[in-house]
Formats: sequence, structure tokens, C-alpha cells
Amino acid sequence: MKRLSLILLSLGALVTVQSCKMKTTESAVSGDAASKVYVAPGKHDELYNFVSGGFNGQVSVYGIPSGRLLKVIPVFSLNPENGYGYSEETKPMLQTTHGHIPWDDQHHLALSQTNGEQDGRWLFANANNTPRVARIDLKTFKTMEIIELPNSAGNHSSPFLTENTEYVIAGTRFAVPINNEESAINDQTFKEKFKSTVSFIGIDQNTGHMGVSFQVILPGMDLDLSRAGKGPSHGWFFFSTYNTEQASTLLEVNASQKDKDYIVAINWKKAEEYIKAGKGKKMPTEYYHNVLNEETHTATSEVIREVLTLDPAELKDFVYLIPCPKSPHGCDVDPSGQYIVGSGKLAALIPVFSFDKITKAIADRSFEGEYHGLPVIKYEAALHGEVKKPGLGPLHTEFDDKGNAYTSFFVSSEIVKWSVKDLKVLDRVPTYYSIGHLMVPGGDTRKPYGKYVIAYNKITKDRYLPTGPELAQSAQLYSIEGEKMQLLLDYPTIGEPHYAQAIPAEKIKEQSVKFYDINKNKHPFVSMGEKQTKVVRQGNTVHVYMTAIRSHLTPDIIEGIQVGDEVLFHVTNLEQDWDIPHGFAIKHAENAELLIMPGETSTLKFIPKKAGVYPFYCTDFCSALHQEMQGYMRVSPKGSSVPLRWGADTTKGAAGVAIN
Amino acid sequence: MKKLSSLGRASVFVVIACIVALWFFPMWRIDLAAPQYPEGIYMNIWINHLSGDVDIINGLNHYIGMKTIHEKDFKEFVYLPIALISFCVIGLLVFFWNRKVGYYIWFFIFMVLAGLSMYDFWKWEYDYGHNLDPTAPIKVPGMAYQPPLIGYKKMLNFEALSQPDIGGWFFIIAGAILAGVSIYEWRRSKTQLT
Repeated sequence: MKRLSLILLSLGALVTVQSCKMKTTESAVSGDAASKVYVAPGKHDELYNFVSGGFNGQVSVYGIPSGRLLKVIPVFSLNPENGYGYSEETKPMLQTTHGHIPWDDQHHLALSQTNGEQDGRWLFANANNTPRVARIDLKTFKTMEIIELPNSAGNHSSPFLTENTEYVIAGTRFAVPINNEESAINDQTFKEKFKSTVSFIGIDQNTGHMGVSFQVILPGMDLDLSRAGKGPSHGWFFFSTYNTEQASTLLEVNASQKDKDYIVAINWKKAEEYIKAGKGKKMPTEYYHNVLNEETHTATSEVIREVLTLDPAELKDFVYLIPCPKSPHGCDVDPSGQYIVGSGKLAALIPVFSFDKITKAIADRSFEGEYHGLPVIKYEAALHGEVKKPGLGPLHTEFDDKGNAYTSFFVSSEIVKWSVKDLKVLDRVPTYYSIGHLMVPGGDTRKPYGKYVIAYNKITKDRYLPTGPELAQSAQLYSIEGEKMQLLLDYPTIGEPHYAQAIPAEKIKEQSVKFYDINKNKHPFVSMGEKQTKVVRQGNTVHVYMTAIRSHLTPDIIEGIQVGDEVLFHVTNLEQDWDIPHGFAIKHAENAELLIMPGETSTLKFIPKKAGVYPFYCTDFCSALHQEMQGYMRVSPKGSSVPLRWGADTTKGAAGVAIN
Repeated sequence: MKKLSSLGRASVFVVIACIVALWFFPMWRIDLAAPQYPEGIYMNIWINHLSGDVDIINGLNHYIGMKTIHEKDFKEFVYLPIALISFCVIGLLVFFWNRKVGYYIWFFIFMVLAGLSMYDFWKWEYDYGHNLDPTAPIKVPGMAYQPPLIGYKKMLNFEALSQPDIGGWFFIIAGAILAGVSIYEWRRSKTQLT
């Protein structure tokens, strides 16, 4: 009896010790969280959430509040899953001045806006490594256009938009010599030759087509993030910067010396005036512009050889610098367009600048000096106020519809809610772990949707079942409907999400295309029906005009191909029904598969290396007889006399194979 | 009195209006649903053409060897409009002749037309559902795919619902008016005789 009570006593002590351990998420989740994220089977999510893929180069689409992954849109990386970048039609999309680049690092996204509100037309995405901007159409969720940027390196402060989608911006993270001239690399050459550029990419309001309207050439420093002004500040663009020390090596230390770096404020309306007045300088250069044509289902590339540039040190009064502590990352404009929030990664406070004060300071010329010929506004003259002791390592701020701001803190791994008006901290919640960007739906627009904030974290560790050293990324969904933020959901994400966008489902779902109208298919190698299928030899190139419809490929017997021939399978999906894609793959092709949507034509190139029989088949389970959807290609040695023959038992019934 | 009442005469135009509606609205509608088609597919039958997801239905039917549906195979699309125009012209003659017996004959013609149409529709459905390609990939012994003339039927993974569409309802209303007015005129002549 005495022994038993001793055991009980020590057990009790153990429980007490256990309950004293540090706070975990289980204790952070309260009450009705599950019911707030439960989307019943067959029901749709409230929001589309477009999430940058980081080092996977793609854009993923999640449903919110469920956190379910709906789609991965291939943008800057090859996607063997559907043949993006592998098919002849999509290869030009990844073409650059330095050839076909199969990968990139995709950081930020911007949904098109009209009057500062999301309009559901397009989504813009940046490529960080080989500087490019892509436009995705939100009717088809397809990458329609990619433009390369001249005089740029590390296209990080991109693709932020003006409030009527007049321009999408592209600012350089790496200062580089103009025209990528060769140069010795040291602090001296950096100061002399290395430049930062900001490209204003004009957008055609009808087609969405992009073109570099002009480039502003800034002194060498690292542009980080940016935001366009809105409402009263429409006509301005704001960029955060670091390495205004102009160090060329060990930036970790050398770019962290100054107490303050800058927010660069560009008056782009004024820049437009200079352009109109013919003050821009035309500079020879070279960059690619790749556009996918929806009727031919084919992308084409165009090389542009000139860019218009503006030098703000020469053309005065359209670029100003505002001191901002310290190595700022986020540079965010509140929904009213009045306040600009700088988030100094190494700062212990968050400065909030006032647009009215900035314009007044410019009018009063209250400058503290110049930086490479650019006026630097006095910090106090531009400042609305500072959020004191908000946390450690502020990165990025978004806004709700009630006048509150939400700032992510990497080092202290939390989201802090504060009031824009009086700069008071209202609430804080932990994130798991080390949040990078955060996103409030519509939080970058004039009319935030609010309701949620999502944390996109940099460290995952123990959040999910372990999967070896390489883990998924981690995101958390919080409700911001109440006074206090409430953790609702923790879910893994793919790639490495940086910034994201979210839009109410209603703004997109009704316009979503179900299939392509085959009567509008203008592909040069389309087969409008099985009777038009054929195989045509042109020297060493063989064009196979093929069709796919449940559950056969036509032709399904091909002979007369020779080793070394360039065989191009132009496969047209004849279906005109929702969700009936067909796939196409052939044995030993040094290529990916094709995934062909109804009404679309795609081309797979195959150069057989050895004689033999090569089976091909449909790779997308299309019907009850999908497994029967297959065929053979005979490959003969080079110079063989086997004639070109093809056919299929689709026109003549069971009587015999109609070999042409 | 062998003459039509003014109500009877007026009804001629209402009946003709109902028949004319068949040029503007489909007669019949067949809805299909399957696990793979939560959104449903349908076919509308008009007096002179088909509409709806005919191509999708044709694509699906090849598995079980049903014939593909083509508008040009339907002689009905030529005959039916002629028959209906003729019916309307006869209606005008009835109006001007202004005799009860004319109205009764007109009603009789309507019934014959309706009966023949339904028989023709049933016969097409029977052929369509039974006349299967012997080389079809999917063969279910004893299974026929005749859609229901009217009402609901389950066939393999598909549920079919066949029913009149707006035009069809106008046609039924025309029949009801014809029947009702004929009875009314008949009773009226009887009471006037006694």
C-alpha cells in the first residue's frame, strides 16, 4: 500500500513536470478551429490561394481555408508531368538570350487589379535567377507569356503592380554592369560600374501583353521588395534597398554596417512625362519575349534589341531616397495609400512613412544630402511614426480591412498585429517556424478581403511526419476576424513559398475554361478528325499527324521510320468534353510525355537511336478502355527500303487494318 | 346548332399558337447522369433538329456499340414540321367553316399525329437501344439500351430521364384544349337539342 502510493506520488510529480513544459501548437489551437477550415466533400473552398514555388520555379494553387493543393502551374521550370518546356509548342516559353533555361527561382506573385481591386484577369510571377516576368491567364491557369529583362540580375523586387495594372515592376536584387559587361569585381568597380535597374513593364489592357516601357538606372545597391502607391500615392513606386554600403563581398557583414538603408521612391508619372518629352535614352540590348498563342496552342519567341532608359541623376525630381533602418525587406503600402511601412530585417522597430509628409518634404526640399546625385529626404520629415519593440527581424507587412497591419518576424518567429493609425501593437501569435512572407487575402489592395492571414515559413522541422533530411515547407492559416488572431490550420506546401496572393473563388471560378474549342484550333499540324491523320516525310523529318479520342490513337501502326529521323508526333485531342485529357508517350524517347487537353494539339519530338519496334500509348487514364489505347512504330536501319506506311482500324471497321 | 361556339372558335388560335411554340422550344428532353458526369449531360429534341450534348453522347455510346446520332438520319425533321404546318392550316379551315364536326375532325387529326409521333419516337429508341454493333468493346449479355419513352430508367452506369420539354408541354396543352373544347361543344349541342 505504501509502495503504491509512492508510485502514484512520483507519477503525479511527473505529470506536473510534463505540464510545465514549454508551449506547443496543441496548446495554441483552440476551440472551433476545425470547423472553420472544414470544407465538406464536394464543396468548394472560399478562396483561391496562388503561392509562389520558390526553388521549384512553379506556382501552386491552394484552396483556402482547407489548405488543399488544387494545381501546380508550370511557369519557369520544366514540367515533365504535362510536357511543359518539353513539347515543341512550349519550348519557346523558356527561351532566353542564353538559351533554353529549364529552371528558375519563383518568389512573388501579383494578381491583376482595376482601381486597386483584384479583377481576376491575370497573375504575374517573377523569376529571380534569370530575370524574367511571366503572365498566367486565370481562365486557363496557363502561363501565356514570359518576358526577359535586360540590364537585370536577381529579379527580386518584382512582379508588383500599379493599381490599374498599368505596369508590372521588375527591380534588380544584384547590381550589375549595364549590358552585362565584363568587369573586375571589387568595391571600387562596384561603385563605378555596377548599377541597379527598375524596369517598368507596360501591360496591354486587352491582351495582357507585356513590353518593357522604360528602365530607370539607379546607383549600384540591392533592391529588395517593392509596392506601387495607391489612391493618393498612385503614380509612385516604392522600393526597399540593402547594401547601400556598396560592398562587393561578404555582404552578411559589409552590407550591414549602415544604420539606415533607403526606401527608393519613384514618381513614375513624372518618368512618363520625361519619356513623352523624349528625354529617355535608347540603349542597344537584347532580351526575349515569349508568347503562347491560344489558337495555335504554340509559343513563339521574339528578340527585342533596344530599351529606353532614364537616368535619375541627370533627369531631376522623379527619384527620391528615404532613410530606413536597417536593410529593409518589406516595403508595403497600406490600403489607404497614405502609409508606407518599411520592415528593416535588422531593425528593432518598424518605421511608418506618410505619403503626405514625403510630398511635403520634397516640396520643402527638406533633404539631408545626396546619394550618387539622388536627393535623400530627412528621415523625420517623411516619418509618420515608429512601431516600438514589435519583435525581431520584421520582414513583410500586409493589411486587413479594419485599419490593422500584420507584420511577419523571421527571428522571433511570429506575426504581430498592430494598428496603422496609432502604431500600437495589438496581438502576436507564434509561427512554426521562422515565417518569411505573410499574406492577407487582398491585403496588398485598396480593399482587403481580410478574414485570414497565412504564414509561409522557412523552417519546418517536426511539423509533419518526418521524410528524411528534405522536408516539405510549412504554412499556417490564422483567422483575423476577432480581436485576437486564432491559429486554424497547419499544412505542408511544396517548393519554397515566398509571397502569395489569394482571391475570392467567385472572381475566377465561373470563367474557368473546361476545354478548348477544336473548331478554333489553328495549329499548323492539327488533324481535324481521324480522316485527316497522316505521316509525311520531309527529308529526315517525319511529321506524324495523330489524333486521340476514347479509346484509340490514329494512326496506331507506323512503319518506314529510320534510325536518326526526327519524328514529330503532332497529337490532337479530338474530345470536346470536360476533363478528358489524353496523354502520349513513346518508349525510349529522350523526352517527357505530352498531356493534351481536349481540342488542343501538342508535339513530341523523338529521334530513335536504334532499329526496333517502339510502342506508344495514352498515359492519362481516359476511359474504361484506356489500357487498350496504344500503338506501335517500326524503326528500320538508316537507308532501309521499308516504305512509309501508317493506319488504324478506325475507318474500315473490323474487316482489316486500313494501311495507307 | 352545328356551329361552333365563340369559345370554340377562339380556341383554334390558342391551339395554333401552342403548335407554333414548337418552333421556338424543344419538344423533348433526355437527361443522363453517371458517376463520371456529376454535371449531367442532356439532349433536346426539337421538331427539326437536336441540341445539347449530342457529341458527348455519341462518344460514350461507341463503347456499347450504339449507333451515333446524326440529324440527317432523322426523316422526322422534314416530315414533322410539314405535318404541323398542315395541322395549323386545317385549324384555320375549321375556323372559317365554323362547324362542330370540323373541330372534332381536327381533334382526331391531332390525336393521330400525337400517336404516330410517340410510336415513331418509341421505335427509334428501340432501334437505337437494340441495334448494337457486334464488334462493340463492351457487351453485356441480355442488355439493351433503349431509353425510356417517358420517365426514368437506369442503364449500366447511366441514369436516364426522358420527359417533355417546354415545346412538348405546349403540345400537351394544345391537346388538352382540343379535348376540353370538343367535350364542351358536344355537351352544348346535346343540351340545345333537348
